[in-house]
Amino acid sequence: MLTTIDQELLEAIADLKELPTGAYNIRKNGAGILRNSTEHIQIIPKEDKPGIDIMIQSNTKQETVYIPVILSEEGMNDMVYNTFVVGENSDVTIIAGCGIHSHGSMDEQHDGIHEFFVKKGARMKYVEKHFGEGDGTGLRILNPKTIIEIEEDGIAELEMIQIKGVDRTVRDTDVILHKNAKLVVTERLLTYQDQLAESNINVHLKGEDSSAQIISRSVAQDQSKQIFHMNLLGYTKCRGHIQCDSIIMDEAKVSSIPEISAYHSDAELIHEAAIGKIASEQLTKLMALGLTESEAEEVILNGFLK
Amino acid sequence: MLKMQDVNVRVSSNLGEVQILKNINLTLEKNKIYVITGPNGGGKSTIGKSIMGIYQVQEGDIFLEEEKITSLSITERAKRGIGYAFQTPARFKGLKVEDLLKLAAKDNPVNLYELLYDVGLCAQDYLHRDIDSTISGGELKRIEIASILAQNPKVAVFDEPEAGIDLWSFQRLTETFENLHKKYETTIVIISHQERILKLADQVILVKDGEISEITSHEKFLQHIAILDSECSCHNNCVKGGVLDVDNY
Repeated sequence: MLTTIDQELLEAIADLKELPTGAYNIRKNGAGILRNSTEHIQIIPKEDKPGIDIMIQSNTKQETVYIPVILSEEGMNDMVYNTFVVGENSDVTIIAGCGIHSHGSMDEQHDGIHEFFVKKGARMKYVEKHFGEGDGTGLRILNPKTIIEIEEDGIAELEMIQIKGVDRTVRDTDVILHKNAKLVVTERLLTYQDQLAESNINVHLKGEDSSAQIISRSVAQDQSKQIFHMNLLGYTKCRGHIQCDSIIMDEAKVSSIPEISAYHSDAELIHEAAIGKIASEQLTKLMALGLTESEAEEVILNGFLK
Repeated sequence: MLKMQDVNVRVSSNLGEVQILKNINLTLEKNKIYVITGPNGGGKSTIGKSIMGIYQVQEGDIFLEEEKITSLSITERAKRGIGYAFQTPARFKGLKVEDLLKLAAKDNPVNLYELLYDVGLCAQDYLHRDIDSTISGGELKRIEIASILAQNPKVAVFDEPEAGIDLWSFQRLTETFENLHKKYETTIVIISHQERILKLADQVILVKDGEISEITSHEKFLQHIAILDSECSCHNNCVKGGVLDVDNY
């Protein structure tokens, strides 16, 4: 059922060399093709629309769920709705991601709406990698929308990575945090040629002592364009920090739009944003160790996006 | 080992073209320690950067082991065995100390623990740290020096290595230069104002107004120069006293 191309995509987006043990759902060209539930994690197809419900029982510890999506059919336009309920006091990792292999002139697109409910005291790590490949001329388009509600004492850690090969993406992320809840977002993004990427993150710090940290690093090469709109809203005693760094190269364009809004005098919100080219002293140092300029550039960019 | 022949360096500035080095002639022998000293703005660092290829020379030539390297890039000079420790080292987001040292070492079999010990850092605490703003200026300086030790070049240039280094590590630093000299037969060029560094020198090269005004032994040099009883110019209390009053030499 999985072709060589499928396996390569799965490895790129989810580090999967074979079917994982534990719970998983692999979606290919608009349909779930492989699925497994476990004692603590149930994966149930939705009946009213495409997608799945992932129900993680309370107190589930150290388990991983894989839900990768792969597209390899020309002209495919896939839309999926996934709902995750991470039970109280559980501690789980969810590996998502989408890989597109294009080989024709028609666009291939995947739009995913992921809704998460992180229950009291639960901890969730969510990793989402996006990747495109193939010699087709059609655009590879990925538009994820992520909605998260974190209950009291809950923790959500998001790693959102666009490795390469995605021509168009609009990534919307909305998070609501309740009392003492914590959010950590790490975003890594690389664009080149004429790719366009937009990331919009809105974080609502509603609960007392809730906190959010967003670290976004991106590299824009060639004629690509990136837009970042990060918005922290503090409604009570809370802390939030956004750090948005971009390296700009060639004729690329990057816009970083900071927004922090406090609706309480004990809200502490910080936004840092920087856009610049690779520092010449970094290149010179690595060249003085014997690297060529392009090797030095690669080391710097790989480190920056690591 | 390394020879600079009639080297002139000019740079463009808002004042027009400024000549930084004037007819520099210098021969550095294998396995010797040279300290370049002199007033600020006199051209000391420019000599070091010209050796590394960071500044291109407009006139004159530079030879490494008889090979003319004048037109070679920084990369090519590094591959041929020239190392350069920067006065203000670069920081790298996402690059770990271990990554940098491995890049520097390439295929050299090096013990990273020993390298860091030699510059006064505990490998366990530092190897996995990013070389970013979480590293202090003094720590960064030591990592920079460690990267040159890892590179094990034929000619190593250290641009004001003592700046930002505390007293304890300064002692270790001077020992490191001596070990590098003994163990690897490296030709060492240190740009410095420090008396104790100067005492390591087989020869002291005094550079003023873009020219070499004297090349002599450190004993002879010290007989003629006042030692200022003040803190190091880095203001990090690295060494009290021992700063050379080269302006009045």
